[in-house]
Amino acid sequence: MSNSSDIKMADAPEGYSGEGFFATKLDTVVGMARANSLWPLPFATSCCGIEFMATMASHYDLARFGSERMSFSPRQADMLLVMGTIAKKMAPILRQVYEQMAEPRWVIAVGACASSGGIFDTYSVLQGIDKVIPVDVYVPGCPPRPEQILDGIMKLQDIVRSESVRRRSSEEYKELLASYNIS
Amino acid sequence: MALETTVIQDKLTDKFGGNVNGFIQIKDIFTFEVAPDAMSEVMGYLKNDPLLRFNFLTDVCGVHYPDSEKDRQFAVVYHMHNWYDNVRIRFKCFLNGDTPEIATATDHFLSANWQERETYDFFGIIFKGHPQLKRILNMDEMTSFPMRKEFPMEDGGRTDKDDRFFGRTQDNC
Repeated sequence: MSNSSDIKMADAPEGYSGEGFFATKLDTVVGMARANSLWPLPFATSCCGIEFMATMASHYDLARFGSERMSFSPRQADMLLVMGTIAKKMAPILRQVYEQMAEPRWVIAVGACASSGGIFDTYSVLQGIDKVIPVDVYVPGCPPRPEQILDGIMKLQDIVRSESVRRRSSEEYKELLASYNIS
Repeated sequence: MALETTVIQDKLTDKFGGNVNGFIQIKDIFTFEVAPDAMSEVMGYLKNDPLLRFNFLTDVCGVHYPDSEKDRQFAVVYHMHNWYDNVRIRFKCFLNGDTPEIATATDHFLSANWQERETYDFFGIIFKGHPQLKRILNMDEMTSFPMRKEFPMEDGGRTDKDDRFFGRTQDNC
């Protein structure tokens, strides 16, 4: 292992350690593993997608946070990043992509359009993707800077890290999905 | 030799009489009105006449004039282009506000198919004889014709704006 001080190691979760062993809760280990390997599925429709390209690329480098691989198949993705205006005609497609993702799955609405419809207060545009799918993190901005997108992803990591492994089978979660008519 | 607008006007008037009128030069496009019942015939003549040769249908679109008299509340505007002499014309057909119906142009130009679907989608103008008159750009579930002035532009589902300040009245989908 390198001894360079530039490398920041993830902190060990709370637990009990002794000579040659370390005991902690399964939740925290699973949460840590999930949070540091979130595979993004970019659903980019406009300018926010361009900002996301910068976020992925070497200067801002999303890979530093464990999101090395863009998953262009929803089946192998953990976090859906919706970036840009979603027309009402596209809403069923976005929904289908979400439904194709395997649990556990998270959604980030990047930018004003995905969060609320933005400047497009009009008959043809979906007024926020939370009208059709549940959203975990909203990133404001029009478009947001790459730092903001990174901040949103790190906020999502906090959620993922502290999420109970049983959350997806809880009644609240089933109710949430049922309210969106997703089974 | 360029095709003169006077030639176009004379030929059309000789052939169709009162069904074509209101000839006017607007900027660089020669414009006139056609009675809706004669539209298909006029378009076929413009396309197939060996002198006129308007072989390309550039555009079909609609206009809504809710304040006009009943029989002139909708207009369908056709733009045609003669590639041989590089001459463009525009003609308008005014339709009844309650029953906006006109014959399809797909008999003469297959390219009119999508343009007429778009006009139907936004204005609800019925093109009689169109092979597949259904919405093309808006979602199929939409019940309004959004470019008609009686429908609001804004979406009723907006939650982060106060309706009192933005004049939103009804849902539009």
